[in-house]
Amino acid sequence: MKIPSKIYTALIFIFLYAPIAVMILFSFNSTNSTGLFAGFSLKWYSVLLGNKNIMKALTNTLVLAIASAGISTVVGTAAAVGLDKWKKSWLRSSVMGVTNIPMMNPDIVTGISMMLLFVFMGQIVGRKEILGFQTILIAHITFCLPYVILSVLPKLRQTDVHLAEAAQDLGCTPVRAFFKVVMPAIMPGILTGMLMAFTLSLDDFIISYFTTGPGFQTLPIAIFSMTKKRVKPDMYALSSLIFVVILILLVLTNVAQARGESKRNKKN
Amino acid sequence: MKKNLCLVLAAVMLVSIALFGCEKKPTLYVYNWGEYISDGEDGSLDVNKAFEEKYGIKVVYDTFENNEVMYSKIKGGGVKYDVLIPSDYMIERLIAEDMLQKIDFSNVPNYKYIDAKYKKLPYDPNDEYSVPYTVGCIGLIYNKTMVEEPPAGWSALWDARYEKKILMINNPRDAFAIAHSVLGIDYNTTSEADWQAGAAKLKEQKPLVQAYVNDEVFNKMELGEAALAPYYAGDFLTMRDNNENLGFVYPEEGVNTFVDAMCIPKNAANKAAAELYINFMLEPDVGLANAEYIYYASPNTAVVSNPEYSLKDDPIIYPDDASLPKTTIFTNLPTRTLNQMSNLWDEVKLH
Repeated sequence: MKIPSKIYTALIFIFLYAPIAVMILFSFNSTNSTGLFAGFSLKWYSVLLGNKNIMKALTNTLVLAIASAGISTVVGTAAAVGLDKWKKSWLRSSVMGVTNIPMMNPDIVTGISMMLLFVFMGQIVGRKEILGFQTILIAHITFCLPYVILSVLPKLRQTDVHLAEAAQDLGCTPVRAFFKVVMPAIMPGILTGMLMAFTLSLDDFIISYFTTGPGFQTLPIAIFSMTKKRVKPDMYALSSLIFVVILILLVLTNVAQARGESKRNKKN
Repeated sequence: MKKNLCLVLAAVMLVSIALFGCEKKPTLYVYNWGEYISDGEDGSLDVNKAFEEKYGIKVVYDTFENNEVMYSKIKGGGVKYDVLIPSDYMIERLIAEDMLQKIDFSNVPNYKYIDAKYKKLPYDPNDEYSVPYTVGCIGLIYNKTMVEEPPAGWSALWDARYEKKILMINNPRDAFAIAHSVLGIDYNTTSEADWQAGAAKLKEQKPLVQAYVNDEVFNKMELGEAALAPYYAGDFLTMRDNNENLGFVYPEEGVNTFVDAMCIPKNAANKAAAELYINFMLEPDVGLANAEYIYYASPNTAVVSNPEYSLKDDPIIYPDDASLPKTTIFTNLPTRTLNQMSNLWDEVKLH
């Protein structure tokens, strides 16, 4: 690598990570100022652990993200497999267009329209105050679905249609052929879709805001409500912890992938 | 077979919507501002936990960031809370729209602690719907090292010497109130010409303003990035803890006083528990813990006179009548005026 390109790369990394570095630094601040660094302390980490509301919001967010990522991955993969089998391409592309709407729509439109739908449905089934975990979960699955479909479909196109047929020739039932042959081939697409759904659900604010109900506040909503007084450094501590955990996860998956690839190369 | 499966799935979806959310243990749903209750940090009293232990009622506590957001959530109709803590003008609006129910004050004996100053206020003239939670005033914060002489009034925010060192509050109601103070116009005016005049004044100020801020004001003032900023008296005390060069004045033209008060929405499921909660918040020790945490003034006489209260007789949050200029509480403006205000505010921001 030539020197200018090294400098360029370094600058990109600084622009990307400087804000996070500053945040991590201030999570160790000993005062509540978010501008002046007074001294090193772990105070905000202990404050964070004692903050019941934030811990509750964190659990809510994680439960929601895992549930919506899981469900939307299963439903989205099934949908992608179904779409891929359709012969009529105009039908397929029009259905794709419809499933992509939640992705194209501004969040505020999706959020408000879903809230109206839920309240309307609630009135029909006789439960006016319907908003809560179930509604926010449905909303999250809705906006995660197109991302899962979009990351699984290309993988399906790449796999040879005859593979599944060959497996059935050798005695597999269609379902077994899917799990034994097709699914391993599209696994990277499924995982990408699931990760995307997870992160999208994790940091969504607007749709969550409109579709959640009493007692199910997610982390973004809880943090945003602090802006009258001020966001305290225990939130920096929390964000730093989330960042570190995600970083470790990414490193682990990358290492695992690299190992898998080198094993495969040796076999060949 | 496929068709049957689809039918079964559809039925499961519908039933699950109808079945969700059956409650057992008595539960109280509270909707309050963020960072607005003593939560057990640093050994303080965890108010909600104390309530749960005392009465065996589970508290589900959610937070909002401003009155308008709270209003849109409640008005949407999909949620049910038992206790709300909005501000004065919003309470007036909720009463006008028949969204609150009357509180049975025989269940709130601690109401006797509320200072007479905070009773019979214009938003709830007969004290039927609300119980004050915190009170406070807006004022002018300045950096002693950056101003040539301490400012006396809001007009300092139009002083060309402090060009680009002035922060302005980023919410239309408060910003227009400041402009109206300088012009000598009542904050609650409904005359279109008055609002036009206010907008002209704000446009005149805009070239001098460094930024329109909400909670960013804490950082900017603590770091000495700006010389002047309007913000709440209680928050000034937090800023002063981090920068001793900051000073505070109640501008001579007059200031806005706000009252955040507890009330019970019409669709509350558990009115008795809501009244217990409101009464509990007025207990002297609970009120004290909240006042120490929030740093805003307390309307509770048992708190204000408590010798253990660290902010007792603080000249900034409990100013005597002589140092306080004319104060005005916001009232609910008619829709026409609200629309005009938000249009004019857009004009100011785009100017």
